[in-house]
Amino acid sequence: MKEYYLYILLAALTIYAVRALPMTLIRRDIKSPFIRSFLYYVPYVTLAVMTFPAILSATGSIRSAAVGLAAALLLAYFDGNLFRVALGACAAVYVAELLML
Amino acid sequence: MDEMTEQQRKTGSRSWYLRGLKDGVPIGLGYFAVAFTMGITAKNIGMTPLQAAVMSAAMHASAGQFAAMTVMASGAGYLEMIVTTVIVNLRYLLMACSLSQKIDSKTKMRHRLLMSYYITDEIFGAACGVQGRLNPFYQYGMATVAGPGWTVGTFLGAVFGSILPMRLANAMNVALYGMFLAVIIPPARKDKMIASVVVISMAASYLFSVLPGLRVISSGFRIMILTILIAGIAAVIKPVAEEGDSH
Repeated sequence: MKEYYLYILLAALTIYAVRALPMTLIRRDIKSPFIRSFLYYVPYVTLAVMTFPAILSATGSIRSAAVGLAAALLLAYFDGNLFRVALGACAAVYVAELLML
Repeated sequence: MDEMTEQQRKTGSRSWYLRGLKDGVPIGLGYFAVAFTMGITAKNIGMTPLQAAVMSAAMHASAGQFAAMTVMASGAGYLEMIVTTVIVNLRYLLMACSLSQKIDSKTKMRHRLLMSYYITDEIFGAACGVQGRLNPFYQYGMATVAGPGWTVGTFLGAVFGSILPMRLANAMNVALYGMFLAVIIPPARKDKMIASVVVISMAASYLFSVLPGLRVISSGFRIMILTILIAGIAAVIKPVAEEGDSH
């Protein structure tokens, strides 16, 4: 079992390098309009791709997940507070699963 | 005068840290639920709860850790562990590039090294939601709450298995996605281009998850491919203004 720690160490160092290299090497504001624009859009694409359709399989059923998605979308649109949107979505799923069973 | 600005910077950092603590709560909750399942998986491949917790504290990456455990369980070599870890986590390279432009260019090296330690999907998401420049202490605040949620969740998952009420775990699982939406929807409401990018990204992601051939691509890789493709095209169609929209 001891070599598990060696595996963990390797994986941890590797993932740290992936994260740290751009943070430490890119020390200036990038001037290229294309790269600036590209990086500007990165989070929107990344977060959208991570959210959908993954959210639909995050709960016990696709129906309760859809309720959670709808609640999150509405709260994000009208409120936008990180904490309230996240907890509101959780609460919606919880209630939905209670009612469906 | 210098003392004054130093003072101001300190109070600024403190309020960012506190704000980070607050925004870290939903992240920590979501992490706890996901980490619990991570702990169960770790136990199933013969890891001790301590090993599982150490792994979580050192990596804090969901897909990355699952992939690493798959490599460990298969008894593959160390080189394979490194290559797999790079491929599965390559999206963090993009996120780190994006964050390197979000922080002040004068940010000290020790902050850059420390921030790098805690770049996760969720923390990146919240950091992107900040107006203007990102203060490192905002990230530290979130990590202070979310980090233990992840590590303790993994440990407890490995010890207790499936003791968490199913319904509660299910509900907590959507917290992370709710946060992502809270980051991308408000700007999309104000900016048609961002709205288009969000809708196209979700549609493309859906297609990648159902179409034969594309479906076999792992989710980590799918995120990479679509990010480069869609953000690249968007940057060509509508470049952002030189200054002002500092991101």
